[in-house]
Amino acid sequence: MKKNESYDEFIKGIWRDNPVFVQVLGMCPMLAVTNSAINAIAMGMATFFVLVGSSFLVSSFRAWIPKQVRISCFIIIIATFVTVADYTLLALVPKVHKELGAFIPLIVANCMILGRQEAFSSRYPVRLAVLDAMGMASGFLLALFSLGAIREILGDGALFGISLFGENFEPWVIMILPPGGFLTLGIILLFFNWFRLKKDEFLADVAEAERGGN
Amino acid sequence: MNAAAPSSLRLVLTLAIAGLVSGVAIIGIYESTLPTITANKARELREAVFKVLPGVSAMQQFAYRGGELVVAWELAKDEKAVYGGYDDEGGFVGYAIPGAGPGFQDTIGLLYGYTPEKNLVLGMEILESRETPGLGDKIYKDADFVGGFGALSIEPEIVAVKKGTSSRPNEIDAITGATISSKAVVRIINETHAEWLQKLPPPGAEPPLAESAGSGAQP
Repeated sequence: MKKNESYDEFIKGIWRDNPVFVQVLGMCPMLAVTNSAINAIAMGMATFFVLVGSSFLVSSFRAWIPKQVRISCFIIIIATFVTVADYTLLALVPKVHKELGAFIPLIVANCMILGRQEAFSSRYPVRLAVLDAMGMASGFLLALFSLGAIREILGDGALFGISLFGENFEPWVIMILPPGGFLTLGIILLFFNWFRLKKDEFLADVAEAERGGN
Repeated sequence: MNAAAPSSLRLVLTLAIAGLVSGVAIIGIYESTLPTITANKARELREAVFKVLPGVSAMQQFAYRGGELVVAWELAKDEKAVYGGYDDEGGFVGYAIPGAGPGFQDTIGLLYGYTPEKNLVLGMEILESRETPGLGDKIYKDADFVGGFGALSIEPEIVAVKKGTSSRPNEIDAITGATISSKAVVRIINETHAEWLQKLPPPGAEPPLAESAGSGAQP
């Protein structure tokens, strides 16, 4: 039972409560930096680090943080992790940092992160909070990567900067421009909602059949 | 609420401690990454200088002080620098001059190589730009455009013309679909050049390569 519970906290962020495709949070970095797969992964990793780190601290100190100043405390903790991520990226991968530009400091304002602290980490024990954060951050990373990969393949004819289709491919430039982000995200959301609808119908059918069988 | 409201002192203390710990953490990460970041920037600049001045193996930084160009590794605030490139024998090859100006979306920062002896631009490298991906970013991705700045006359100034129509030595083909960005690059070079031309010493009177400069390893 216990094992199932932790598994569920982790997996819900990836699929059932995916922060991007289901909760539709964190749209700003989602649309802004997914013009290539590598940028999307860098952004996803930075967010992962910030979310897991902040969730760990918030959950550890949840007994000491007075309710009245909790949001300020969350923001201080998140901002510290963001600054650490910002300088680390600048030192290790200056090229990627240049591409992401202002969007790294803007992770502070990613409502998915503050939302997880308020809704989960400040109420649950450390182990569950970290699992939840890892699940949510992986879901976010996965969403960023799928969008980044689709847009780079269509808009640049490449993946991770490696050309896929050779010389004759005419890149669909609009896909790596901002409208391409909206188009791709819209189509993915359409798929997710269609899938959910089908699943609900299927479950209803199964229930119906079982009742009929009895 | 079953617990009594905490005193203001406790609220202030919580935030003060959180702020203090956060401040220490930020100073720590800043101090520990600073050397790497500075070294990265210096290496990027060095690579760019070597790229825009073919055949160069050493460089030094100049500043314009008291009416002449002097070797200066430390710059005052807001002071602009140019870089001198030297070949294996220590002979002067040309200047690498940084310039910046408005592009289509944001500031374009670039570096261009210039030889006063032949009055030619030898190369151009974009250092920073936020031009439109797929269109404006061709100012550094399009090999034809970047290559066009090798041995380009800057007398009286560079002119960007429609693709395929450049005929004079000071004309360069603009990029189709990125005319504004290409013209911005040309304009930045022209403006920077007009600003520096008066300050550069006559050809042959360039400061020699300082002993300590060696391979130009200094920042």
